[in-house]
Amino acid sequence: MQKRLLVKGNEAVAMGAIEAGCRFYFGYPITPQSDIPEYISREFPKVGGTFIQAESEIASINMLLGASACGQRAMTSSSSPGISLKQEGISYMAGSELPGLIVNIARSGPGLGGIDASQSDYFQAVKGGGHGGYHTIVLAPNSVQEMYDLTMLAFDLSDRYRVPAMLLGDSVLGQMKEALIPHPYVAPADLPAKDWAVSGKDGRAQRVVKSLYLGDGELEAHNWKLHRKYQELREREVRCETAGLDDAKLLVTAFGVTARIAKTAIRMAREEGLKVGLLRPITLFPFPDKAFADATAVAKRVLCFELNTGQMVEDVRLSVARDADVFFYGRPPGAGSLPTPEELLAQIRKHYKD
Amino acid sequence: MSSALQQVFAHPVSLKDVQTHFCPGCQHGTIHRLVAEAMDHFGVQEKTIGVASVGCSVFLYGYFDIDVVEAPHGRAPAVATGVKRACPDKFVFTYQGDGDLAAIGTSEIIHAANRGEGMTVIFVNNTTYGMTGGQMAPTTLPSQKTSTSPYGRNVANDGYPIRMAELLAQLEGVTYSARVAVNTPKNVVQAGRVIKQAFETQIQGRGFSFVEVLSACPTNWGMDPLKANARIGEEMIPYFPLATFKDTSAA
Repeated sequence: MQKRLLVKGNEAVAMGAIEAGCRFYFGYPITPQSDIPEYISREFPKVGGTFIQAESEIASINMLLGASACGQRAMTSSSSPGISLKQEGISYMAGSELPGLIVNIARSGPGLGGIDASQSDYFQAVKGGGHGGYHTIVLAPNSVQEMYDLTMLAFDLSDRYRVPAMLLGDSVLGQMKEALIPHPYVAPADLPAKDWAVSGKDGRAQRVVKSLYLGDGELEAHNWKLHRKYQELREREVRCETAGLDDAKLLVTAFGVTARIAKTAIRMAREEGLKVGLLRPITLFPFPDKAFADATAVAKRVLCFELNTGQMVEDVRLSVARDADVFFYGRPPGAGSLPTPEELLAQIRKHYKD
Repeated sequence: MSSALQQVFAHPVSLKDVQTHFCPGCQHGTIHRLVAEAMDHFGVQEKTIGVASVGCSVFLYGYFDIDVVEAPHGRAPAVATGVKRACPDKFVFTYQGDGDLAAIGTSEIIHAANRGEGMTVIFVNNTTYGMTGGQMAPTTLPSQKTSTSPYGRNVANDGYPIRMAELLAQLEGVTYSARVAVNTPKNVVQAGRVIKQAFETQIQGRGFSFVEVLSACPTNWGMDPLKANARIGEEMIPYFPLATFKDTSAA
C-alpha cells in the first residue's frame, strides 16, 4: 500500500519543494503561510539547504533573484500583503528571464484585510502584478496533494521557460490537513541546461543577468522574446480539470478552494437531475481559453464562482463561445464569507436552463 | 647588464578596454580601476560575480570583464546574499551609489552587513543622485544646493547626511569598514590599499567588508573637475572623515 501522510497544505508545498531539489529558501513571516518557512527551516539543515529569514519581503525576493541567477532552484513564500512587496523583484526576475518559485497563500484584502481565504489576488497573479507588462506562470492547486504536485511542476515549468512561477493557494488550502501520497520527483529529461547562470567567467565569455536594455531596438526585441515565450506557454502548458462536459447544459467554473465547494454543489445538482459540468483551471496563466471555447460549444450557460467580486470571470468571458452566457457568483473574502455548497446550488438552479 | 625594460603600468585585465559613459571629472572611472586592480592583484577575475546597482554604476558589466547580476535599486546586498549563499566559493561584490545604498537600500545593506555575509561592498558617495540629474541624496551636505534642495539642504526639514561607514562599523556582523577618497594621488594610493584589504577580508573568509569612497560629481555639482575635486578635501572630508572604522579581519 502506498504511504499516505496527513499533512497541511503548507507543509505539502515545503515537502514538494524539497523533493524537487529546491535548496534555497528566502522568506519573511506572515500568516497564513508561516508553516512553510517553519517546515523548511527545520528540514533544510538535514539536506544541506540554505534558509534565510530575510529582513523584508523585498529582500527575500531579491535573495531569490541572486540564487536563481546562479542557476539554483530557489523559492520564497508569502501571503497577499507580502506578495505585493515582492512585485518589484518579480518584475526584475521576469525581465531578467530568471526562474524561481513564489508561493502566495493568499489572504483577504485590500490592505491588511484579514487572514481568511481569498481569491482577490487573481488579477495581481495572472496579469503581471508588477510593472512592465510580463506574466508569471500561475498554478492553482485545490488539494493538499496538488499543493505538493504543482510545486514540483512549477519548478519544472519555470526552469524550462525561464519565467518565474507562482503557486496561488489560499488560507484554507494552506491550513487544512488531508491525505498526501508523496512520490519521488523525476526531473524531465529535456530540461534545458542553465547555460546563462553566473558562476565567475572562468575561461568562458562574460555572462550578465540583467533587465536593462537601452540600445536602439534592444528592449523591443527583448519584450517580443518574452511575448513569444508566453505564447508558447499558452500553446503547450495549459492544464485544467473537467467533468461532465459531454451533456452539460450549465458549466460551473472555479479554481482553487472554491472549486472544492463547486464540486459538492455540482454533485448535489446532478442528484437533482440537472446536467451540470465542471471546468477547473489549474493553470491560471496560461489560461485554459481553448477548453472554455470547446466546453461552451455544448454548454451555453456558464456560472463562474469566485471568492471575490469578479476577476477570473473576465478571462472566462473572453474565452467562451460567442453565443454563451456567462453568469457570476462571488463574495468578497473575509471572516464568514466562504459560501456553502447549498448557497452555490441555489445559484446553479437559478441559472440552469434545460 | 640587463637591458630588459620592466612594465610598471598596464591596463587592468579585469577592466575592459572601452570608453566609459562617465562625465569629465567623474571619479567612478578611478574607482572602477582600483577595484579592477584589486581583482587582478588577488587573481579573482575568473571567479568573481559582481552585483550592479541602479545609478551611474549600473553599467558595471560594460566595464568589468566579469560575470554580473543586475539588482533592483537598493537591493544589491540582498541579491549578493543570494549569490554568495548559492556560490560560497566565488568572490562577490556590490558596487553602489549613495542614493542606492544609503536611502532606498538602507534595510538591505544593514541586514546583509549584520548577517556578516561574506561579500565586499564598494560604496561611492558623491553627495548626490548622479544618474537622475543631481537631486538631494542621503549624503548631501548641510546647505548643499541640489535640484531638489534648491535653497540648500535644510537639516531641520531634510535631516542629516548619513555616515554609512561609521554606522555599519557598529554592527557585530561587520569585519571591515573604512572610508577613503580619490581626490589626491596619496588618497588614490590609500584607497587602492583599503579596497585590497576589503577584498582580502572576503578572500580569507573573514566576513563582510565595506569601503566608502568619496567621489566627485562635477556635472551635478555645477563645478569644473578641478573645483569639484577641491570640494572633496574642503567640504566632504571634514564631514566624512577618512579612516578605518573597524577591522577585525586579523582577529
